[in-house]
Amino acid sequence: MNHLPLIISREYFTKVRNKSFIVMTFLSPLIFVGIFALVAYLSSLNNDTVRTISVLDESGYFSNDFKSTPQLKYNLFSGVALQEAKTIAENAEIYGLLHIPKTQSLEQLADQITFYSEDSPSLSLMNDINDLLESKVNTLKLKEAGIDSEIIKNLHINISANQETFQGKETSKLGSGLKLIFGGAAGYLLFMFIIIYGNMIMRSVIEEKTSRVIEVIISSVKPRTLLLGKIFGTTLAGITQFVVWVVLILVLMTVVTSVFGIDPSAGSPSQQVIENSVNGGTQQILQDVILEINNLPITNLVIMFILFFVGGYLLYASLYASVGAAVDSETDTQQFMMPILMPLILAVYVGFFTVIDNPHGTVSQVFSYIPFTSPVVMLMRIPFGVPLWQQIISVVILFATFIAMVWFAAKIYRVGILMYGKKPTYKEIFKWLKY
Amino acid sequence: MEKLLVVNNVSKTYGAYKALNNASIEVEKGSIFGLLGPNGAGKTTLIRIINQITMPDTGSVILDGEPLQPHHIKYIGYLPEERGLYKSMKVGEQVLYLAQLKGLSKQEAKKKIKYWFDRLEIGDWWDKKIQELSKGMAQKIQFVVTVLHDPKLLIFDEPFSGFDPINANLIKDEILHLRDNGATVIFSTHRMESVEEMCDHIALIHKSNKILDGKLLDIKRQYRSNTFEIGLITPNHTAATAALKEKFEVLPATFKSINNELQYKVQIPESVATNDFISYLTTLGQVTHFVELVPSASDIFIETIQKN
Repeated sequence: MNHLPLIISREYFTKVRNKSFIVMTFLSPLIFVGIFALVAYLSSLNNDTVRTISVLDESGYFSNDFKSTPQLKYNLFSGVALQEAKTIAENAEIYGLLHIPKTQSLEQLADQITFYSEDSPSLSLMNDINDLLESKVNTLKLKEAGIDSEIIKNLHINISANQETFQGKETSKLGSGLKLIFGGAAGYLLFMFIIIYGNMIMRSVIEEKTSRVIEVIISSVKPRTLLLGKIFGTTLAGITQFVVWVVLILVLMTVVTSVFGIDPSAGSPSQQVIENSVNGGTQQILQDVILEINNLPITNLVIMFILFFVGGYLLYASLYASVGAAVDSETDTQQFMMPILMPLILAVYVGFFTVIDNPHGTVSQVFSYIPFTSPVVMLMRIPFGVPLWQQIISVVILFATFIAMVWFAAKIYRVGILMYGKKPTYKEIFKWLKY
Repeated sequence: MEKLLVVNNVSKTYGAYKALNNASIEVEKGSIFGLLGPNGAGKTTLIRIINQITMPDTGSVILDGEPLQPHHIKYIGYLPEERGLYKSMKVGEQVLYLAQLKGLSKQEAKKKIKYWFDRLEIGDWWDKKIQELSKGMAQKIQFVVTVLHDPKLLIFDEPFSGFDPINANLIKDEILHLRDNGATVIFSTHRMESVEEMCDHIALIHKSNKILDGKLLDIKRQYRSNTFEIGLITPNHTAATAALKEKFEVLPATFKSINNELQYKVQIPESVATNDFISYLTTLGQVTHFVELVPSASDIFIETIQKN
């Protein structure tokens, strides 16, 4: 085993000094930030265009309700026939024409209003218009029934139940949200990391075979040491790249937003709405967030995040290494990719659907012990409170599986080298284990 | 003589395929041992077992008096038939890495690399990448990697393939030089002329079985057929031919000669001494040519394989 540091350092430095690795390390953040800036710029452009909508209101109910905004101008027609209005609207290149016919009763309006336009109108615009019409008709309807809509509004009471544990700890919906965000982010990060760097490990394991240096190496070190060295070395290179990416993206983002004056939140109007609605209680929410963060088991979370992240990554890395050990060239790896990705995808689905629904249900519990899904599922469960012994068992299973996987991969590797140029099947790999 | 390597009744089976069946060899210290056999005979399997790349199913391997153990790898230098080095690594770093894997310290390794690079005049390749070198150049590097850690046992699988005649000669001289300095060499090849030139001892493996084993000279003696190539100048060719054919097995022969003579291959019975045969020939005419036809390694190889 004393060769391990030597192998790790060779793997690490060969990866890190590789030209394409260096280029990708510095280019990716640039591309990422570039795309982000482009999207932000384009969506701000999109919002700058002013749409004009003509309204032909024959019913007379809505005379004062269409209020123009900077992005949307209403243009009221009166005393024109529908056909004529259509022609005018079309020739004037107006975005659309809203036609409200005269009807016997308010109910009939429900399916008689039509919006004419050149192409299909945008979904959000149609929603806005429908909402506007609906609320007006409802108010009118209430009036017809002799009820003042103001009274209804005043009678409405918002309920928000206080949450408290039996031990007397205050919790809140915000807390649950935070927990989900934490768990989701952790699971997603692991998922991304495996997808990006798993292939790198596989290629690294195939390297000795394609360069034919394998017999020299394998007559000097044990396959297990070689594979472990490759997994650790490549992982370190991956972490290096990842850290550079995060730092560069943060720096570039700051530069881009301050220099070009692009406000990343400007693009999404829904966010503005949320901000407006909660504006009054910002102080209160901030206090809640701090309270909730203090309520989270921070130390536990951080330690377990590191353990599960490392363990989960190493386990999947060893799976990729087994594939690399079984084949001679990268083109033969396709058939083995699916079975690796399936449990990972399953973990993410279980995490995002089952855990959110019921963090401590049977399904969530079972999947938080299975090593192939536990890194994602357990990480999402922990913020909701999981007994320490359960966490420890899960971590132990995870690392034990990793070691077993490396042993398995080494076994395949040792036999695989004796079978140059033969594409292995699952059946054969199973046979190799017995050699 | 002391034995450096003893392989006892080693068998190896891959699935249903028996790659090696009860093979035993003994390699004397300081000798060059030729491991011969047709393609797929099981030579590489045996070599891999000695290198601990695969484990034998049954049988044992003794190196220098001890059963083979993982730490023995530092006493063995192996040049596999499938050559290759890390393509994108620099020559110097690569040799240094591989030497360290064999258990040398960095300082030691550097010193020895310098010695070998100077010896083979490749000192200025240190910063080149393998992919920038020609095949022959890469082979030289690989040779250095094999011998760098002063192994007691050197195993060369087809060491001359890929070398031009000049470099092949250089490598041959280096192998002999290593042998003279005390190393033991196992040498697997199809080039029979190098077996003839270099090997003290040979073993022939065919269809997973060892079918021939011994000192090259002993084997040659064993395979001699008492056949002589002769040239005779006689007054009467027909009479001489008739006389020879009456007593011995006679076959036609042709060899280059400045004389216009009778040329024959003659096989004599073991009971007849060579000197008596020569005396007899002189009674027939003037002897211009007399050579014993000793079987070459190649003849022995082909004959033994065909017999089995």
